[in-house]
Amino acid sequence: MDDTLVTSPLQISKRKRLNQRSKTIIYLVLGLTFLLLIAVAGTLLSHAAITTNFMQKNLLPSLQYPFGTDWLGRDMLARTLRGLSISIVIGLFASFISAMIAAILGTAAATLGKTVDEVITWLVDLVMGIPHLLLLILISFALGKGTFGVIVAVAISHWPALTRVIRAEILQLKETNYVKIAGKMGRGKLEIAVKHMVPHVFPQFLVGLILLFPHAILHEAALTFLGFGLPPEQPGIGIILSESMRYLSLGMWWLAVFPGLALLITVLLFDLAGGSLRKLIDPYSAQD
Amino acid sequence: MTCLDHKHILQIDNLSVSFTQYERGLRQIDLKVIHNLNVSVHEGELVAVVGASGSGKSLLAHSILGILPPNCNASGNIIFDGELLDAARIRQLRGKEIVLVPQSVSYLDPLQKVGLQVRKGRNDKHIRRKQEELFSLYDLPEDTGGLYPFELSGGMTRRVLLSEAMMGNPRLIIADEPTPGLHLEAAQNAMSHFRQFADQGQGVLLITHDIDLALKVADRIAVFYAGTTVEEALVTDFQSIDTLRHPYTKALWRALPQNGFHPFPGNQPYVKDMPKGCPFGPRCHQFTPECEEDIPEHIIRCGTVRCIHAE
Amino acid sequence: MILEAKDISFGYKKNANILENFQFTMENQERVGILAPSGWGKTTLCQILSGYTKPQEGRVLLNGQDIHKIKGYCPVQMIWQHPEKSVNPRLRMKEVIAEGDDIEERIIDQLGIERDWFNRFPGELSGGELQRFCMARALGKRTQFLIADEISTMLDLITQSQIWTFLLTEVKQRGIGLIAVTHSRSLMDHIATRQIILDDIDS
Repeated sequence: MDDTLVTSPLQISKRKRLNQRSKTIIYLVLGLTFLLLIAVAGTLLSHAAITTNFMQKNLLPSLQYPFGTDWLGRDMLARTLRGLSISIVIGLFASFISAMIAAILGTAAATLGKTVDEVITWLVDLVMGIPHLLLLILISFALGKGTFGVIVAVAISHWPALTRVIRAEILQLKETNYVKIAGKMGRGKLEIAVKHMVPHVFPQFLVGLILLFPHAILHEAALTFLGFGLPPEQPGIGIILSESMRYLSLGMWWLAVFPGLALLITVLLFDLAGGSLRKLIDPYSAQD
Repeated sequence: MTCLDHKHILQIDNLSVSFTQYERGLRQIDLKVIHNLNVSVHEGELVAVVGASGSGKSLLAHSILGILPPNCNASGNIIFDGELLDAARIRQLRGKEIVLVPQSVSYLDPLQKVGLQVRKGRNDKHIRRKQEELFSLYDLPEDTGGLYPFELSGGMTRRVLLSEAMMGNPRLIIADEPTPGLHLEAAQNAMSHFRQFADQGQGVLLITHDIDLALKVADRIAVFYAGTTVEEALVTDFQSIDTLRHPYTKALWRALPQNGFHPFPGNQPYVKDMPKGCPFGPRCHQFTPECEEDIPEHIIRCGTVRCIHAE
Repeated sequence: MILEAKDISFGYKKNANILENFQFTMENQERVGILAPSGWGKTTLCQILSGYTKPQEGRVLLNGQDIHKIKGYCPVQMIWQHPEKSVNPRLRMKEVIAEGDDIEERIIDQLGIERDWFNRFPGELSGGELQRFCMARALGKRTQFLIADEISTMLDLITQSQIWTFLLTEVKQRGIGLIAVTHSRSLMDHIATRQIILDDIDS
């Protein structure tokens, strides 16, 4: 063979990019830091968020007040952070409860026989069939609004999608050759569940939980914005946004833009983190 | 690289394909699935690449067609009709001069009638006529064009896939396991169309795990072992063990049921534990320390072999 | 020991049975080779005989007992065509082999399974290596019948001859009944004491 033979490129050149695992870790670290910062800041600033100062009202964003002040002279940065931290706590609770419901119902539907499956599938369809916001409003209203009402409303309306995922995953696992073989080897149901099912379904569950979180925050904000959620003393992001509506026409854009952006960033960050985590847990995606 | 003085259609020199995979944590490693692979197809030839499934021989087809997944890297020279190909040129040629006949029905769109698929959505008169000619050439009933893939039998599907490949007047057909699950006689039958095509002066590269089939239909056989071709031999060389060159090919010959079905100890090495030098080294009874160095390709009796002890 | 299939009918669609009134009996010292074209329903037949699939009609009996009524370890074991689907991609090979019924060291050695494969995941082994694990797993102490569904189709010839040579000695020695489905006539001639050849409808 001739050593001087030129080698031609056989693949269209690819740009260098971060690998999936690094990306996921960056998103997760960013998300968690963000979460922690907001939670800490929110607690520290709980007083500043409601302190009024009529000497400093309606100020444009400046160095002293990066997010500006509102019509009562309250620092919008403090209010935004406080609002986010309230939203995040509610979101955490709600998505956790929701995911637990999904795990229990999804597993039950897939393992406890036809009747149970039909009932749960019907329930899933039912909850999914009712317009989301309507359901949220009804439940929250029935429970007397407030933090408790919001948490329960968001938790009760968000489980169906994840329930479907878990049910489908388990049903699919039951049909795999290796699970069927384990059965023929005389392995008990519990052993198969622990060895084959949990390690497969748990990561899916975790991703589902993380992806539920931004949803829960958004819906909490929406509910509060419409006046069916938190009381005005608790400045959740929804409250801040709905209050600022009245002043938007007066040209006070900063009242809505910064809290809105902060909400958007939080939600996006967790959505990205959850999404890239989902790509990672696929056992066949070792390449990439 | 044989004594045949026919013109080369395809010549692959030193093809290597590797892909990036995660190790533990964030580390990624390069797995070399194919290394230093040489194979050539002459005019009028049907060449079979024979190797175990999952050993990476499909990647050979994919790199000739430039359809490797994005995490793959390929290097080496592919010379087609005297022209050194690069990625852009491969894109122009594939589907026209170089075509793939894939394994199975899953390569057909289940929601489109097969006639339209074979014509790639075009409906001009001469293309339609060409498709009808091909269907009748391959004994497909006239109304086949109006059927959906699920309405075809296995044999019809194979012939439809072949017609689709033939639409572009190809020079080279790459057939990747075109006869899965068929027993020898049926597979041989199905291969007759490929034989005809080669006999018209074109080339066929058949990629298969079925050495029985390869022995029946091919002109030459390239023996694929652990990511490389250890030997390229004429089919007639397989009539006796003495005309074969590489110790692995000899072991393969002895393992044929008609030659005694003799097992040979050891395993093909997994890509991560590839030995130095000759991949067959650890299993070889002729092993010497020199086998751990780079093994050049020798030409012996009109065939090529990568073994320093071959004669 | 006797494995019987009585009046088996099975189909995925109505009025299009792939098996119609299928009868089959074998004893444990027999080695039955079944040669059938693709699409005939060989895998379905294997799954029915080993109790993975319930036929619409008829019964499969092991020593007179309905195979679906057997609790615990099933003495009729099947080795599947695709080893990569027969093992959980998340388990290490030592956990895979531990699922079997007390697999003897001797079997592991004779199959050429190397000890350092035990700590690997299925994705880190070749098809031939995985199939050896699947074979070892199916050869538990209580196995009486073994159904092999095209187990070597995807493997290279040397691996084929290795695993078949081992399997033949093993089933002869232990008196395990073997059903081998294949599409290679020469392989069947080599292993079977009785041959069932099903007609080729596909060309």
